[in-house]
Amino acid sequence: MSEPLLEARGLDISYRHRRGHDDRIVRDVSFTIELGEVLALVGESGSGKTTVARAVAGLVRADGELLFGAERTRLGMRRPHAVRRRIQMVFQDPRSSLNPRMTVAQILAEAWRTHPDAAPAGDRRRASIDVLERVGLTEAVLDRRPRSLSGGQCQRVSIARAVALRPQLLVCDEAVSALDVSVQAQILRLLVDLKRNEGIAMLFITHDLGVVRQIADRVAVMEKGALVEQGETDALFRAPQHPYTQTLLASALDLAEVAGPGRDATPENQDGKPQT
Amino acid sequence: MTDGATPPVLTIRDLDVVLDGPEPVRILDGVRLDVRAGRTTALIGESGSGKSVLGSTVIGLLPDGMRAEGHLEFAGEQLLGLSERRRASFRGSRIAMIFQDPLAALNPSQRVGRQVGEVLRRRGVRGERLRGAVLSLLERVGIPRPAERARAFPHQLSGGLRQRAVIAMALSGEPELIIADEPTTALDVTVQKRILDLLAELQRESGVSMLFISHDLRVVSHIADDLVVLYAGRVAEIGPAREVLRVPLHPYTRALAASVPSVHAASAIAEPIPGSAASPANRPSGCAFHPRCPLAQEICRAAVPELSEIEPGRFSACHFAEQLRGVPAAIPTEEAR
Repeated sequence: MSEPLLEARGLDISYRHRRGHDDRIVRDVSFTIELGEVLALVGESGSGKTTVARAVAGLVRADGELLFGAERTRLGMRRPHAVRRRIQMVFQDPRSSLNPRMTVAQILAEAWRTHPDAAPAGDRRRASIDVLERVGLTEAVLDRRPRSLSGGQCQRVSIARAVALRPQLLVCDEAVSALDVSVQAQILRLLVDLKRNEGIAMLFITHDLGVVRQIADRVAVMEKGALVEQGETDALFRAPQHPYTQTLLASALDLAEVAGPGRDATPENQDGKPQT
Repeated sequence: MTDGATPPVLTIRDLDVVLDGPEPVRILDGVRLDVRAGRTTALIGESGSGKSVLGSTVIGLLPDGMRAEGHLEFAGEQLLGLSERRRASFRGSRIAMIFQDPLAALNPSQRVGRQVGEVLRRRGVRGERLRGAVLSLLERVGIPRPAERARAFPHQLSGGLRQRAVIAMALSGEPELIIADEPTTALDVTVQKRILDLLAELQRESGVSMLFISHDLRVVSHIADDLVVLYAGRVAEIGPAREVLRVPLHPYTRALAASVPSVHAASAIAEPIPGSAASPANRPSGCAFHPRCPLAQEICRAAVPELSEIEPGRFSACHFAEQLRGVPAAIPTEEAR
């Protein structure tokens, strides 16, 4: 049943310096995202994961091949308008990715003005409210500006702007990293719902392995510009093959650790099992 | 678990920090906190909870317009009300601070070695002795090739090495207390764990006490002996870290623990807390957490719950804390799958 939505083949991305030499940021990266699938791209700062995301979104030039959709359109920097609409991006800091001078209604209206093919035929206000409700907001935010919204609400607005255009692929670049923990789980839930209920596929960039485990079907691990390992999330977390993946997983802190004996353990609670 | 024999180095009781203005805001409201000698107390809270303000209060660097009232005792001395000169004499020597962003904490135009040696130089250490002391500090915090790194400028080091240099600076005055404000938040995961392990190791070696400020329960669970949970400028819960995380006695702590995504358990999605964090500027009536709390009743809107000792060493500011006793937190574990 699976059908590829995005296929990256041998992506190479370099930044050209004036003096003539190139810095290769990304080397020979290949992966596939199927319809409705979430692929997490993980790695540390400087690994090239954000650069790959930006290439997929058409923000940086990449050598190699990016093929999109059933029609397998070749994606470059200049891409057909309809294809551009079907790939939307959600950034880390919603406050800097939303225009502070626009109300939420205007932000949505602008998205539809850019992509009239996704614009609602009837009542704009009604359609805007529908979109906001899909991301867990209400009519009450429609006439407000980002400044008067909380960080979590702003991120919902960014997601609303993206899903208003009926995308097939959301590129989420650290989309929950800047949020408070209690709000982070809300946004993760929302993204998981969008995937399950609306079949939106995602390229999910993050450094947080806990977040990956929650949302991703598959994981690709990047180190110094190259993909070192990819696989199904559960399998990769249980039996990482590449030494770098093993290091990453061993470094990840987990609250479940407190269920085992720690430095403050006393004989009474060393059994290390929760009482459930 | 609480070993009552270790006396506190830092004792805070009924601490208020007020932001003056036409409508004064009580940023911290009646805060209680202890740091035991040679141990780590973690202060956990979301943005706007006032956790960093508490750190600034202890080190004596409150921003203009904020004033602190209450009891703040460090090594037997009441710090609030001391002259600025006396306060300054603690800073960097007996109480040191590590910030989130090492690049902001370091002077970009000065060599690392000079900055690490600053406190010692102020104490009159010079020449070869100073040089030797700086190199051994850099070595202690695990910086390879210390002689070379001492000559480097901050931008020439990686993020992890920079934070190690900042830790070396903090250690240089042989402080009794280190305040670490989100010291690993800006670092990569692999570096984060190494820095936490370094702090724990330095603590074992030197017996320094630590006040560790963080928004991340996972980090805190790795390093803290005791936990203080702050919500909208008030203490929600206090207790030994492992006990608090296993059986939280405040619904906010419980909700926080359940909202943390787990790495090692492929369980259901972390449970979100509805709404967003309250801030001291518009603190809800009664218990500040009541609009988001699953247990909230009429009394929670009406009365501010007092922070009271529910079990020995375990404090909670919840009207229904008794009901939560013995009920484990919903932390997903591999066994629970």
